[in-house]
Amino acid sequence: MGHYLSITEDQKAQMLSAIGLNSTEELYSAVPSELVLKNGLDIPSGLSELEVLREMSSLAAKNKVFPTIFRGAGAYRHYIPAIVSAVNSKETFVTAYTPYQAEISQGILQSIFEYQTMICELTGMDVSNASVYDGASAAAEAAAMCRERKRTKTLVSSAAHPDVISVIKTYCWGANAEMLIIPEKEGLTDIDALRGMLDETVSGVYLAQPNFYGLIEDAEAIGRLVHEAGAKLIMGVNPIAAALIKTPAECGADVAVGEGQSLGMPLSFGGPYLGFMAATSAMMRRLPGRIVGETTDTDGNRAFVLTLQAREQHIRREKASSNICSNQALCATTAAVYLAAMGPEGLKNAATQCLSKAHYMAAEISAISGFSLRYKGEFFHEFVTECPVSHEALFDALEEKGILGGLPLKDGGILWCATELNTKKEIDLLVSVLREVSEK
Amino acid sequence: MKTLFEKSIAGRGSVYLPECDVPKITLSADLSRKTNARLPELSENDVSRHYSELERRAYGVNNGFYPLGSCTMKYNPKIDEKVAALSGFAEIHPLQPIKTAQGCIEVLTRSEKLFCEITGMDAMTFQPAAGAHGEFTGVLLIKKYHEMRDEGSKRTKVIVPDSSHGTNPATAAMCGMTVVSIPSGEDGCVDLEKLRQAVGEDTAGLMLTNPNTLGIFDKNILEITKIVHEAGGLCYYDGANLNAVMGLVRPGDMGFDCVHLNLHKTFATPHGGGGPGSGAVGCKAFLAPYLPIPLAVSANAEQSLNADFAESIGKVKSFYGNFLVLVRALTYILTLGREGIPYAATHAVLAANYFKKRLSEKYTIAHEGICMHEFVMTLENEAKQQGFTAMDISKALLDRGIHPPTMYFPLIVHEALMAEPTETESKEALDEAADIFLAVYDEAVKNPELMHTLPQKTPIRRPDEVSAARNPRLRWSAGE
Amino acid sequence: MNTPKNLKYSETHEWVELLSDGTAKIGLTDFAQQKLGKLVFVNLPLVGDEITADEAFGDVESVKAVSDVIAPLDGTVLEVNEELLDEPGLINDDPYGAWLIKVEVTISKGELMSAEEYEAFCAEEE
Repeated sequence: MGHYLSITEDQKAQMLSAIGLNSTEELYSAVPSELVLKNGLDIPSGLSELEVLREMSSLAAKNKVFPTIFRGAGAYRHYIPAIVSAVNSKETFVTAYTPYQAEISQGILQSIFEYQTMICELTGMDVSNASVYDGASAAAEAAAMCRERKRTKTLVSSAAHPDVISVIKTYCWGANAEMLIIPEKEGLTDIDALRGMLDETVSGVYLAQPNFYGLIEDAEAIGRLVHEAGAKLIMGVNPIAAALIKTPAECGADVAVGEGQSLGMPLSFGGPYLGFMAATSAMMRRLPGRIVGETTDTDGNRAFVLTLQAREQHIRREKASSNICSNQALCATTAAVYLAAMGPEGLKNAATQCLSKAHYMAAEISAISGFSLRYKGEFFHEFVTECPVSHEALFDALEEKGILGGLPLKDGGILWCATELNTKKEIDLLVSVLREVSEK
Repeated sequence: MKTLFEKSIAGRGSVYLPECDVPKITLSADLSRKTNARLPELSENDVSRHYSELERRAYGVNNGFYPLGSCTMKYNPKIDEKVAALSGFAEIHPLQPIKTAQGCIEVLTRSEKLFCEITGMDAMTFQPAAGAHGEFTGVLLIKKYHEMRDEGSKRTKVIVPDSSHGTNPATAAMCGMTVVSIPSGEDGCVDLEKLRQAVGEDTAGLMLTNPNTLGIFDKNILEITKIVHEAGGLCYYDGANLNAVMGLVRPGDMGFDCVHLNLHKTFATPHGGGGPGSGAVGCKAFLAPYLPIPLAVSANAEQSLNADFAESIGKVKSFYGNFLVLVRALTYILTLGREGIPYAATHAVLAANYFKKRLSEKYTIAHEGICMHEFVMTLENEAKQQGFTAMDISKALLDRGIHPPTMYFPLIVHEALMAEPTETESKEALDEAADIFLAVYDEAVKNPELMHTLPQKTPIRRPDEVSAARNPRLRWSAGE
Repeated sequence: MNTPKNLKYSETHEWVELLSDGTAKIGLTDFAQQKLGKLVFVNLPLVGDEITADEAFGDVESVKAVSDVIAPLDGTVLEVNEELLDEPGLINDDPYGAWLIKVEVTISKGELMSAEEYEAFCAEEE
């Protein structure tokens, strides 16, 4: 059995004697005897570190690591500079908890403050919180931020990520608030349908930018419409695309949220990822979760603290607008290190390469008979094509070459993704496999 | 210390990407942002030194004693980090074909089996990302249960004791429920009479942590869950304090219907400066159809994901939760195993009682008797009569290199300090810490005025939280 | 502790200045602001909102606490003290000058205390 205890048997006896007990069983005298497990847990015996490493490695080995990935759909493989893991594996960052004691937690607090600043810069918004669980829960929290006494209905674009829609739906149902889906038209949010749905009961409208199909929405026009109806605009943005695309602030968003995984986090079978949230100053006090602010200490030196805490559950209890306590702090630090390393030009370069490679790939794929592009609109690094052959045959052929193809959609199409990691050579190989399979 | 932005020099940067090997595309102007994001421009050396300096200005379990009550700051095994970084886990796309992600799904199904046995539950989800998120999921299961029985509009009250974590009432409110707070009895446990008066046809459920936030195991737990069940409500177990009893007593056997576990507390995954955690939720079979989708299923050594549950509450997070946190927790459970898990619990309780015994020489313990994994001290008398507070003691500890206990919680104890040493501290560490706590107390009695000026040796002194909240500066901006 | 004679007081530490035109100003007492400590934010109702006696119409925040402000009477909000939104510390500096809201009184509660009664009440609570 492995363990991480430091107390020896001799010391245990000394400690028991100091508290006036004879055995460790007596520590549990308050527990009704019928509740104590008679035969212990029915689980395997403990293992040494080497045995556990072998066991877990054998599980990892049952997964296939694809050398080439053309699948995104909410989880993207980007290049992660080596400095990122060197910093986010620093033991103190890993093992600290929420910085309640500011005097000895300046390192954590400042890293979050810097993260908040970068999120504001990416989104153009005034204020950011210290993070929430992921992009989907960030969207759901944003919907809650927008609800008012008389306006409680949330509208969500059907062109948003299905998981985001599903999570907003769950949160709205929990809060006894209504959620409706805005239909899509040619892969974009249907603006005419939205116009018809906006009324004095709508509190917020959620729009993904780029949307699930990779298309860039006319967010500015949608924002104007939403505001004319007295509702608030929530934009879910891709943080890499944010280096190029018009910011949520420029589109008039009241709240900007998103999935921050692309900022230095590996795919990790879906998590831990990073939910970022930013808002206008007017919405500042409605932001959920922790927020770091700058102040001074008693000597007048710069100091960072958790602030605006009276919004939060540990003070406001049932009146808090969210119950969030732990967030994704280490992922926020990861994102900050990634952005600090890449810098403004580096990030823009990564985004431009995503855009360029996706367009090269789209042109090549759509030139194959039957693989036409489904939508006409401008896109970032994802796009949908039709697929003239069975998904299974296609993906098996790709898998043989070590390629994870795009995401098969239920209606037969395929959602492709390219990032700066994909070389022209990989794309050309993909295209040749598609051609081969479709010509069979 | 300067921020990254103040260290930025225009034109500085590193080269991480090759030249683009396809024709460069630009977005049309009306879709493009007007100005670049003003990210800092730094060399990699700048970045490295900046974060090394930040690390020196932080405090983790690796730095020393961290008895932060209710947070279970135990040692985080390094093998767990190594396993989580294996490319066979870290490089797997969440939407890969199931047959190419069998190992990941097996992590889910094997964990489910182990955690069900540890909690006495029948099914688990790992989708919730933290404890509060688990609470939210658990209470939604209860909400769904009542809705399915056409009692959703009637059963809208959630009972929580006044000693509960703030997340409990906040969770109930997020689930559209009204909170009924019941006062604790003299002994710090649930007042059975008050509970009987509180339950009724409008009761949706009870949220309880046992052992509770005072570190007391509620001996009436079977009676408590029975009272709630007889009124038609369900019982939710907040697993924040499971470390005291894991492997010895199971929430399922106490009569609870669903439970959340904080994998970042009880199962040794690191806290990361405030996350990511994992709030695994378990439930009895009758609630299983409502769990978030998809659920991992194992049959004939074939692993799959099943989203075909019409009665599910839906999703609470993208994909399957904080997967790599679960990988770490599974590694920990396999390491400790059937003997090691209760052994760790016992040692956590032993450490808490020993530490309490040492401190009780000077400090007033809120509730006498044997405690579980944590205990609460009160400095109410000192604050009134001697002019020093729980805050003063905490700040003095900072100067001596110790992370203070949780301050001012639970709310029902005035001037509270809540200490949880955990099983991974050595006797020497506990003795050394106890000596410091006692010395600080003596110092405070002698010179309470001096205490208000502490700490003096930390990277910063006491911060001005009032001006931080009155004039929020939440981002760096040029011209500061 | 400062307790002006011309005001009425509630058990939840609000003061009321009843004016001859059927309106009233409501604020927090000196005792309350001392107990709460330095205030950092106030949440106030909107003009036109109805307030109901014994129910919260807003709250005030200090760094580590939040406290409801309870209506001492029924009425309709005529004006809110916008200045407090920027400078909540005014309540600490001058609790009787820093009114929170002005209301049109619909029903005035009978059992508000006089200054003497309120002082005795606070002494008891200490």
